[in-house]
Amino acid sequence: MYPSNLRYTKEHEWIKVEGNFGTVGITDFAQNELGDIVFVELPAVGRQLKSGESFGTVESVKAVSEIYSPISGEVAENNAKLNDAPETINKDPHGAGWLVKLRITNAAEVQGLMDAAAYQAFISEKKDH
Amino acid sequence: MSDRIKKARGHVSQSEGLIFEKSSPGKRGVELPPLDVPAADARSALGAHARDGVEGFPEVSEIEVIRHFTRLSTWNFAIDLGMYPLGSCTMKYNPRVNEHVARLEGIATEHPLQPAELSQGCLRILRQLEKILLEVTGMDAVTLQPSAGAQGELTGLLLIRAHLTAQGGPRKRVLIPDSAHGTNPATAVIAGYQVQNIKSDDKGEIDLAQLAQIVNDDVAALMVTNPNTLGIFEQNIAEAARILHGKGAQLYMDGANMNALAGIARPGDFGVDVMHMNLHKTFSTPHGGGGPGAGPVAMKKHLEPYMPLPVLAEKDARLYWDGNRPKSIGRVRAFYGNFGVLVRALAYALAYGHEMKQATQDAVLNANYIRKKLEDVYDLPYDLPSMHEVVFSDSRQKKNGVSTMDIAKRLIDYGFHPYTTAFPLIVPGALMIEPTESESREECDLFIDAMRAIAEEAATNPELVKSAPHSTRVGRLDEVTAARKPILRWKPTSKEQAAD
Amino acid sequence: MRYLPKSDNERRAMLEAIGAHSIEELFSTIPAQFRLKNPLPIPGPLSEMEIIDYFRARAAENSSGYTSFLGAGVYNHYRSVVTDTILLRGEFLTSYTPYQAEISQGTLQAIFEFQTLMCQLTGQEVANAGMWDGSTALTEAALMAERVTGRSRVLVARSVHPEYRQVLATYAKNSGLAIEEFGYAENGQADLAAIRGAVNDATAAVIVQSPNFFGVLEEVSAVAEIARSKGAVCVVGVSEAVSLGVVRPPAEADIVAMEGQSFGMAPSYGGPFAGVIAAREKYVRQMPGRLAGQTTDHEGRRGFVLTLATREQHIRREKATSNICTNQALCALAATVHLCLLGREGLREVAAQNLSKAQFALGELEKIPGVKRAFAAPFFNEFTVEFPRSVKMINADLLREKIIGPLPLGSYYPEQTKRGMVCVTETTSRGEIERLARAVKEILGRPV
Repeated sequence: MYPSNLRYTKEHEWIKVEGNFGTVGITDFAQNELGDIVFVELPAVGRQLKSGESFGTVESVKAVSEIYSPISGEVAENNAKLNDAPETINKDPHGAGWLVKLRITNAAEVQGLMDAAAYQAFISEKKDH
Repeated sequence: MSDRIKKARGHVSQSEGLIFEKSSPGKRGVELPPLDVPAADARSALGAHARDGVEGFPEVSEIEVIRHFTRLSTWNFAIDLGMYPLGSCTMKYNPRVNEHVARLEGIATEHPLQPAELSQGCLRILRQLEKILLEVTGMDAVTLQPSAGAQGELTGLLLIRAHLTAQGGPRKRVLIPDSAHGTNPATAVIAGYQVQNIKSDDKGEIDLAQLAQIVNDDVAALMVTNPNTLGIFEQNIAEAARILHGKGAQLYMDGANMNALAGIARPGDFGVDVMHMNLHKTFSTPHGGGGPGAGPVAMKKHLEPYMPLPVLAEKDARLYWDGNRPKSIGRVRAFYGNFGVLVRALAYALAYGHEMKQATQDAVLNANYIRKKLEDVYDLPYDLPSMHEVVFSDSRQKKNGVSTMDIAKRLIDYGFHPYTTAFPLIVPGALMIEPTESESREECDLFIDAMRAIAEEAATNPELVKSAPHSTRVGRLDEVTAARKPILRWKPTSKEQAAD
Repeated sequence: MRYLPKSDNERRAMLEAIGAHSIEELFSTIPAQFRLKNPLPIPGPLSEMEIIDYFRARAAENSSGYTSFLGAGVYNHYRSVVTDTILLRGEFLTSYTPYQAEISQGTLQAIFEFQTLMCQLTGQEVANAGMWDGSTALTEAALMAERVTGRSRVLVARSVHPEYRQVLATYAKNSGLAIEEFGYAENGQADLAAIRGAVNDATAAVIVQSPNFFGVLEEVSAVAEIARSKGAVCVVGVSEAVSLGVVRPPAEADIVAMEGQSFGMAPSYGGPFAGVIAAREKYVRQMPGRLAGQTTDHEGRRGFVLTLATREQHIRREKATSNICTNQALCALAATVHLCLLGREGLREVAAQNLSKAQFALGELEKIPGVKRAFAAPFFNEFTVEFPRSVKMINADLLREKIIGPLPLGSYYPEQTKRGMVCVTETTSRGEIERLARAVKEILGRPV
């Protein structure tokens, strides 16, 4: 269910590491909790982020969620297409619904993130509570 | 449609376009007496500032205005039509005599900056209301200035801030229960504080042990609603006040639920330092589709020096506005507050007088009656006694996929306005019901009947509930597109989008 | 009690159904020491007749019989009786905030029409459903500018309404917003050179009011240009909205904060009124207050809903654009009905009458020796006059003639003690204006 080539955070973000870059988005669990997404607020290119730092928001009609950076890095690109089509996050949260691309400054941080199995277990536990 | 629906009221299905769509050049709804002085030439008087009329402004006749707004009004639910069981909104009857007196010549006509000697009538009205609110709240001083509850909350927090600053420093944090109304944290931030959320205990009340642990020299205040948003009286409130005062912190009370206390108990007696009232709730001033309201703030003596400007004062049997208060937090709005709303609140208070307690008793009676008659079909997450409102949850109905929002929409088909859904946040799938004292036994029984019928539908025919309402002019509206691609005004090109 | 729809029998039966023996039992969770033993010592209960008598008696203690020339943020315009015909309909008066859209389409469509009218009046792209009043609208506009620019310094003209500036100061103190005031030029307009000197990269907004407190029209496009040259936004307050019938709107502003009282709301000793914030579309997500948006239902019927609610306190809580919840909806409805009645031609005519009467009034006053116009810049229906004597003393004599005279500026601007503001509207008759001039002339003719 959750792509094995991604890593996951407890705040329901995912990251796909390719060389020095990491693409970040929110998971299917998160988009489902939020409902139809209507607006996304993304950071400017060039902004430096620390691991765990809030860098934007994703909004549905009745809720707002902050997005936290899974790792430290610099914003190299943000997904401007989401301005006109925020629903992409609902349709393809792990692919076309990506939020930002970061230039990774500390590769070691990725090791601390959950893999697909661990994340699946994490959210199953949440549902049972 | 269920044949158990006894009082459904069909919504008028007539279409009515926007006023701009009815407009045509040359029509007007008001004519003025002829000008009795020489006409000034706009170009010479104003030069480049001159304007040739407002582009796109409607042009319609008087009858078209009357018809347009009358038709629109028929699409609204209203207290005059039936019950609004909205929790913590206190949708009680809006007495018409209040409207009459607010419009009297000599009341509606007064300019705020006219001399005090020509405003004694207005000032006496305010003074009388102040005295009544002080009796109701058990406090020492009151300001009638804040325009609404949220502004009252801000005023209250600023008073606390000024007091603490005078004692050494404003401190950093305000404690807010997780059951609080959204205006509480929003206000705390505007007042320059950080918000620290505190969890309610498993009975739904303030957790005293947690409070004792958290309160220190960094905490400015605890903002509490009492009864809380579950409709439950915070039995430990006096002890909470002691804990706070022990560390020099203050207790702020959100007075939204005063309809459970007026004439029965006074917040000033159980340790509250400062509180606001919502006159558009407890004191019957009309909601009017969203306002205006008024949020007077009552306080203990130690906060009086900081009251917002100007302060109503008396000297030699004359009332006047005193702007000479060096410690004041300053002005919170121009002039003196929503005077017209204050007039209505006074009219309400005079109608009840010392019998105000009776309204409070009837409010609590109605809520408990409804609770008793529904507690076998809806889940009651906290079972401490309810006061003027009761909070159920949708957990039983959720098993069939029916949520509180669905039940609320189906209630519309039965002729009622929905109760408050999804608040307070500590009850997932909440149904927050406050009937107020204005509902007769008959109306309460009809409401109970409707809610029981819907519970049955949720079990046997959930789709009917999930796709409600069925009897309104428009169905559930697309809020997603409205948020993604907001259309917030009419534009001439949208004439093509004809009304259905 | 006439507001309580219960008989004692019904109360008894309901208590029985609950299983309680008395109503007191239902209050048992309140600790005994806090339960009041006696009824509240407050006046009443009064019958409807007595309530009306009470307020009539208060009305007689106010200013009936006096002619007023006061403006300064509250204007005595004609209110059609049709407005109350609509406002007093129970479906508008006694309805709630339109959170349940299906049964609030009347309110929501009226709000949508209000928002449209406000955009048309102000020349802005988007307007909200209203704020509490002009003073808090201006304050919220400053806070909005802070959010939009990320800067925390605001420049405000001294010619902005003094009470509005006081409110701004109260809010600014606690939000880390630094307020700096700049002066006015000899002609009564905001001093552009002063703005140029003060504005910098830390400025969030430059705030002016037009017509300003002195009644004078500001050069909004010049102010906006200076503001934008340093990346600040231009905020314009409007306290006399009728001016927009004949005066160019502040379309160059980024944010407009308007007081709507002039449209169908009685002076009512200062409230309730209705503020509104209008701005450029790109700022809409930073705008406070409710917004009604157009949409469709599942069968394609047009309808309206409250939208972009994630800005507001009930969702965003501590990160909300404002704490505002209850607004001034019914007052905004009054403005909507009033403006629809006036329409394009009616508003233009009302504004033109105001302009003409003010020109006439100034002319009559200037005929009096020693009395002169204080500011050379153009004005609408309110203007500042310089007298050879203290305005307070002149007013004391005018009161004896049952005239409430010019608002003395000295209490707000210590440098202007011999100046007062005169306001006339379409409701001021020629006879009243001439009587004012005669009385002032006569008073000034007496030995001091």
